[in-house]
Amino acid sequence: MGTKFKIDNLDLYYGKFKALKDINLDLPEHEITAFIGPSGCGKSTLLKSLNRMNDLVEGCKITGKVTLDGEDIYGDMDVNLLRKRVGMVFQKPNPFPMSVYDNIAYGPRTHGIHNKSQLDEIVEKSLKNAAIWDELKDRLKKSALGLSGGQQQRLCIARALAVEPEVLLMDEPTSALDPISTSKIEDLAVELKSKYTIIMVTHNMQQAVRISDKTAFFLLGEMVEFGKSDDLFSMPQDKRTEDYITGRFG
Amino acid sequence: MEAVKTMEKTEEIQGINKVTFGQRMKSYKRTPLSFVLWLLVNAAMIITVVVLFFLIVYILVNGIPNLTPDLFDVKYTTENVSMFPAIINTLIMTGLSLLFAVPLGIFASIYLVEYAKRGNKIVGLVRITAETLQGIPSIVYGLFGMLFFVGALGWGLSILSGAATMAIMILPLIMRTSEEALKSVPDSYREGSFGLGAGKLRTVFRIVLPSAVPGILSGIILAIGRVVGETAALMYTAGTVAEIPSNIMGSGRTLAVHMYTLSCEGLHINQAYATAVVLLITVLLINAVSSFIAKRITKG
Amino acid sequence: MRKYKEQIMSVIFLIAACASILAVILICAFLFINGIPTIGKIGLGEFITGKIWMPKVEIFGIFPMILGSIYVTAGAIIVGVPIGILAAVYMARFCNDKVYKIVKPAVGLLAGIPSVVYGFFGMVVLVPLFRSMFGGTGNSLFTASILLGIMILPTIVEVSESAIRAVPDSYYEGSLGLGASHERSVFFAVLPAAKSGILAGVVLGIGRAIGETMAVVMVAGNQAVVPSGLFNGVRTLTSNIVLEMGYATDLHREALIATAVVLFVFILLINLCFAALKKKENI
Repeated sequence: MGTKFKIDNLDLYYGKFKALKDINLDLPEHEITAFIGPSGCGKSTLLKSLNRMNDLVEGCKITGKVTLDGEDIYGDMDVNLLRKRVGMVFQKPNPFPMSVYDNIAYGPRTHGIHNKSQLDEIVEKSLKNAAIWDELKDRLKKSALGLSGGQQQRLCIARALAVEPEVLLMDEPTSALDPISTSKIEDLAVELKSKYTIIMVTHNMQQAVRISDKTAFFLLGEMVEFGKSDDLFSMPQDKRTEDYITGRFG
Repeated sequence: MEAVKTMEKTEEIQGINKVTFGQRMKSYKRTPLSFVLWLLVNAAMIITVVVLFFLIVYILVNGIPNLTPDLFDVKYTTENVSMFPAIINTLIMTGLSLLFAVPLGIFASIYLVEYAKRGNKIVGLVRITAETLQGIPSIVYGLFGMLFFVGALGWGLSILSGAATMAIMILPLIMRTSEEALKSVPDSYREGSFGLGAGKLRTVFRIVLPSAVPGILSGIILAIGRVVGETAALMYTAGTVAEIPSNIMGSGRTLAVHMYTLSCEGLHINQAYATAVVLLITVLLINAVSSFIAKRITKG
Repeated sequence: MRKYKEQIMSVIFLIAACASILAVILICAFLFINGIPTIGKIGLGEFITGKIWMPKVEIFGIFPMILGSIYVTAGAIIVGVPIGILAAVYMARFCNDKVYKIVKPAVGLLAGIPSVVYGFFGMVVLVPLFRSMFGGTGNSLFTASILLGIMILPTIVEVSESAIRAVPDSYYEGSLGLGASHERSVFFAVLPAAKSGILAGVVLGIGRAIGETMAVVMVAGNQAVVPSGLFNGVRTLTSNIVLEMGYATDLHREALIATAVVLFVFILLINLCFAALKKKENI
C-alpha cells in the first residue's frame, strides 16, 4: 500500500502551549487508521491539521511538513482544494438547515456543478454510497434537521462523499450516537475504505479494534506508538500504551 | 527561567499554516465569486463608517466656527438666536422625564424579575405592550401627548406635558435594560440574603438593586440620548417658545426643537450648524459614557 | 409591620408594571376615539383612497401620503438593507478584534444621532448635491430614501449581526470541510441559517423608516400630491401631521389625527410581523 499522508517533524502550538510534539507518521492509502489516546492528547488536533481546519484557531502555529501524495499541503496547495480532497466528518452531526437534497448538493454546487440532472445523479450516488438512500429517497425535499442523529451523521458522510474526496477524516463520528447507529457507521467506514483513505479519531478502543487497520496512540502531545491495530492492541511495545489499553489510566 | 525561554521561542516561530496574501489571491482567482463577496462586505462596512465620519466631520467643521459666545447669552432675541434657553430647557426636560420614567421603569422590572410567578398572564401582557410602545413613532407620541396631557388633562403646551410624553416614550427602554440588569444578578446573592433572614423587599433594595446599578445606568443614559434628540414628540406638547419658562407649566423648546426651527426658518443656518455641534457632542459623550459603563459591566 | 410594608410595595411594583399596559390603552383610546369618528365623517373610502388633500375646502384624501410613506420606506429599504446586511456580515465574520472595536461603536453612534441632525445634514449636503446631479429642487423621494436608508442602517446592522452570531459554528465548519471558501461558507451556509433573524431586523427597519418624521420633512419636499417621480417631492403620513398640526383647527385637525390612526395601524401590523418573526427564531 502506498502512503497517502506523510507527516514530518510536526510541532503545533496554541499560543505558548505546545499541543503536538515532533510527530512523524506515514498514513497508508485505502486503510482505516485510528488515532486513540486520552482526551487532550492531541489526536483531534493532529486530525484537523491534515485538512488545515486548525487555521481557524487563533494563535495556532504549525511547523514541520505534511504532504498529501507528495504535495506539501501547507505550501502552494489551495486550502479549499485541499479540503475538497480531504473530506471531514465532525463529532456532532452538522447538517445544514436545508433539505436533504440541498445538503448533498452543497459541495458540488460550491465546486461549480449546477446542472440539475448531474446534481440528481451525484445526490443519489452519494446517498447510496453512504447506505442511506433507501431511508431518504422519499424525503429528499424535507429538512435535514428532522432526521435522527444517526441518519444525520450518515447524511454528513454522504455530503462529504459528494465532492469526491480521496481521504475522509472522521473526528469521533459516533460519540453522539446510539449503539445501532454506531454500528451502521462502522460498517459504512469498512465498506468505504476500498475507495477512500479513512483516518478516524476515536475515544472508543473497541471501535479501533473492530474496524481499523492501523492505530496510533497519543499521549500528552506525543505519538507514543504506531502500528498494525492487531499488534498494537495485543502486544504493545511501549509501557504507556499498555497502561492505556488495559485501562490503567484515561 | 525555563518558561521564559520557551515563551520567547514560540514568538519567533514562523508557522507554516499562515495563509499568505499570494495564496489568498490565487484562491480568489479560482473562485471569483468569493472575491466579489469579500469586496462587497468590505465596501458596505466602509460606506457605513465613511458616512458617519463624513457627517460628524462636516458638521463639526462647519459648526465649530459658528459657536460664538453670544449664542450662549441668557436671552433669546430675533437678532441673537441664543441656544442657552434651549439648553436649559433640555436639561429640565431630561431631568423631569427621567424623574417620571426611571422609578416606574425600575419598579416595573422589579415586578417582572423578582415578584411575578412563572406563567403569570400580566407578564406576557406587559412584555407585549412594552414592545408595542417601542415601535410607536415619535410623532404619534406627540399627537397623543397633545390630546391627553395638553388637552384632556389641561396641562397646556408645557414642559410638564412634554416630559410626561417623553417619559412614556423612554419607559420601555428603561424597563428592558433594568430587567436585563436584574436578571444578570446571580441567584446566590438573593439566597444569601434570604438565608440571613432578610425579607424580600430588603433583599431587592439592599442586595439585588445595588448590583444591578451599572446595567440600569446604561439604560438611563440611552434614555437621556433619546430625550435630548427628540423633536417630533415635543413640538406639540412642550411647544416651541424660545425662552426658559418660569415654571414647568410653561412652554419651552429643547435644543433639538430649537435646531429644527432654526433650520426650517432658513435665516439662521450658521446658528443651526452650531446647535448641531452641541447636539452631536452630547450624543458622542452619551455614547462614550454608556460604552464605558458597559465595559465595566463585562469586566466584572 | 414589616409584612404590611412588603405587601404595599409588592402592589406598587405591580402597578408600575401595569404602566405600560395603561399607556398602550390610553394611546389607542385617544387616537381611535378622536380619529375614527373623523374617518367616518369624511368617509373611509374617500379618506384612504382620495387623491386630493385640500384642507381649505375640506377635501381630505390621504392617498398621496400613504403612497408617499410606502415609496419612501421602500426606497430606504433598497438603500439600507443590502448595505446593512453586508456590514453585519463583515462585523460578525470578517473583521478582527481591532477593527471591530472601531466599527461597533461607530454603528452605535449612527444609531444615536438625533433625527433632526440627520435631517439637517440631508438639507445642507444631500439636497444641494442631488439638485446639481439630477436637477429639480433636490427635495425629493430620492433624497428622502437615501437619508432614511442611512438612518435605518444601525437597526439592520445590529439585529442582523446578532442573528449571524447566533448561528452555530458547526454550519460554517461543515461548509469549510467541503472545500468551500470562507466567503462562500458565510454566505451560503451561515447566512441562510440566520434568515429569520435578519428578516426581523429588516421589519424593524421598516417600522423606523415609516415612522420617521423630522428627517423626512426636512428633505422630501412635502407636496401633498401623488408622487410623480423619483426626483420629485413627496409627503409622508408623518410629515403631513407635523407640518399642519401647528395651525389646524376643527375638521382639519381631526383629519390629521385620523392620519395618525392610519399610521398607527401600519405600525401595529409591522410590530405584529416582527413579533411573529422573533417567535419563529426562538423556536
